[in-house]
Amino acid sequence: MPDFGFSIQSSQPIDLDKTYRAVYNFVKEKEPSIQRCIYCGACGATCTAANFSQMSLRKVNLLLLRGQIAEVRQLVEHCLLCGKCMLVCPRNVNTRKMILLIHQALKMPLS
Amino acid sequence: MKFDWFVIPFLAGLTFVFGFCCIKFYLWIQRLSRGEKALLKKHFFSPSLWVSIKEIFNESLLHRKIFRTNALLGYMHTSLAFGWFLLIVLGNIEVKFYSHYSVNPPYVPIFLNYFEPNTAPHFFGRGFRFLMDFLLLIILSGVALAYLKRFQPNRFGMRRTMQHQVLDKLAIISLWCIFPARLLAESFSAALYHNGSFLTNTVGKWLSFLPVDNLIYPAWWGYSIVLGIFFFSLPFSRYMHIPTEVLLIILRNAGIRSRYFNHPFQQVDIYACSRCGICIDACQLSTLGYATQPAYYLRSLRYKTQHNELTENCLLCGRCVEACPVGIFSTDIRSHERTLGHEMNSVHYNFSKNIPKQKNVEVLYFAGCMSHLVPGIKKAMTSILNQSGCSWSMLDEQETVCCGRPLLLAGQITAANQVIMHTRSLIERSHARILVTSCPICFKTFKENYRLNANVLHHSQFIKHLQDEQRIVTQRISAHVKYHDPCELGRGMNVYNEPREVLSHIAHLLPTNHEKNKSLCCGGSLGNIFIDVDSKLQIATNTLQQMDIRSADYLITACPLCQKTFSAVSPIPVKDIAQLVADNLLLANAENKNNYAMISENA
Repeated sequence: MPDFGFSIQSSQPIDLDKTYRAVYNFVKEKEPSIQRCIYCGACGATCTAANFSQMSLRKVNLLLLRGQIAEVRQLVEHCLLCGKCMLVCPRNVNTRKMILLIHQALKMPLS
Repeated sequence: MKFDWFVIPFLAGLTFVFGFCCIKFYLWIQRLSRGEKALLKKHFFSPSLWVSIKEIFNESLLHRKIFRTNALLGYMHTSLAFGWFLLIVLGNIEVKFYSHYSVNPPYVPIFLNYFEPNTAPHFFGRGFRFLMDFLLLIILSGVALAYLKRFQPNRFGMRRTMQHQVLDKLAIISLWCIFPARLLAESFSAALYHNGSFLTNTVGKWLSFLPVDNLIYPAWWGYSIVLGIFFFSLPFSRYMHIPTEVLLIILRNAGIRSRYFNHPFQQVDIYACSRCGICIDACQLSTLGYATQPAYYLRSLRYKTQHNELTENCLLCGRCVEACPVGIFSTDIRSHERTLGHEMNSVHYNFSKNIPKQKNVEVLYFAGCMSHLVPGIKKAMTSILNQSGCSWSMLDEQETVCCGRPLLLAGQITAANQVIMHTRSLIERSHARILVTSCPICFKTFKENYRLNANVLHHSQFIKHLQDEQRIVTQRISAHVKYHDPCELGRGMNVYNEPREVLSHIAHLLPTNHEKNKSLCCGGSLGNIFIDVDSKLQIATNTLQQMDIRSADYLITACPLCQKTFSAVSPIPVKDIAQLVADNLLLANAENKNNYAMISENA
């Protein structure tokens, strides 16, 4: 077989029925406004931390739902808690509390 | 020595309170650091001790600060505290005239009419009796007002009152009974021995139909027992504030502050809270139905009950500290507690890349994160700075950096220190002599946490200097404006006058009901981690209603966060002070381009 310089990636299916939701549920229980998110991305567009990282709260929220905790961990460690995302959020999600709760959940043995 | 068994409840209670306070005070003072102990010692042997004594007299006895809240409430506290104090002092002086001993046990002045019933004919006797009756009447009027306050707090300027615990209620009831019990005992004594004055004689006459002979001894027992109950409940109830406030005033004037959670000074703060409930009306969260005010928060700290929500649910606006008659720094305690146990998992800020090279300038402008959400402020400051003709550059033009205070407010000290180190290195790279910022949150942290060589100014202060030196000229307009003091700029940094002076040069500045340190919070505060955005907007709406802004053309503020929050709910346009100035700039004279030494020296 000729070498094309790339290979076929193994599939990474996400089964939403089987995903790891412990962190998401922990946050949802304490800060129900996380469920209002419509993934518009306004938070990521205004994010101060996005100047020097891939941080976007929209992405964090999606990753939480998919149970991709390792990726969440990499993103939230850039957050400066400046609260701009909270001010631009059209759905009034309490984003600062959300980030603090995610950090709290990540420290717990459940993740 | 005079003695009767009925003094035992009083004597035991008094001994208990005295012993408890001695041990408690000793333990607190012992936990102070060596430097703080030295401060305390220095305070005791310096003239500044008089400041403390004066403050103890004014606040612990006269309660002058409560008079400022409401005159009737002030009178109630003064009559009870100062009246009782004078009663004790006069009683002790009176004893000196009758007693055969030079030293008397503490119960003799309290129960003098029992031990020395035939005092009235004595020299000065009538005068003393009259004074004692008069003081008792004053105190009883205070007790009557305290009863009334339970049913009609509105008359005392209090819309909401504290929900007390069982032990506090017991202490209140025993306090309420002390003086009626004294009146009863002394009236019986007056009926029997005619040793009273206008009050006790009269009441004695009314009561003379009773078998006074048999009732007088139980009446003294009753008086002693209620005193005993009060003294025994004092250390465990809100009334512990009476002795603790004295210590608090001394420590505070010695320059001791609480530096970390559970610092001994914080313990003194907690015990000095009288739970009077004045902070409840001051707190804007009480309109949303939250019982999170310092009175509740400090109580849960004192009795070690669950209070995670109370720690987080605070705007840190400082209105309660301003209103507190005891002067408790409750916002400091909350900030310190937030640093415990909630440290973020791990933080990783790779700032070092892409730092633009700063040119050497006189003025460095830092807009701040929040100003990037309100670009009008950035634009306004750009035209003001250009007009002023100074050399300047903007630190966060391309990439915003954070000042670190939002992390500090959430108790994330380690993360905040990383941000502060980075931002400080950026600022110092420019060698600017003046750092101007548009955001009071950044302003406070630059001043308090950065230790910068540059002179840090909020843009309202900077504009004031430019106006004073006529580096910018503005036109007058006929608009009416109202000014809102941002919490961080006003109560946080004591900048009240500069924005007002700038505004009064341009428009008609209307007064509001909540000026300067009485100013209301916009609700958007980053200090509160708990409440959601809807609640914040509700606070903003309430604030605008209370400021009665409809009579003005513009609402002016000096904080991008306040502006952003108010804009969402305001019926009139909300502008930053820089925007109003920039809108009304006239062409300045170009020759006035001398350097900025004047400003940096004056500021």
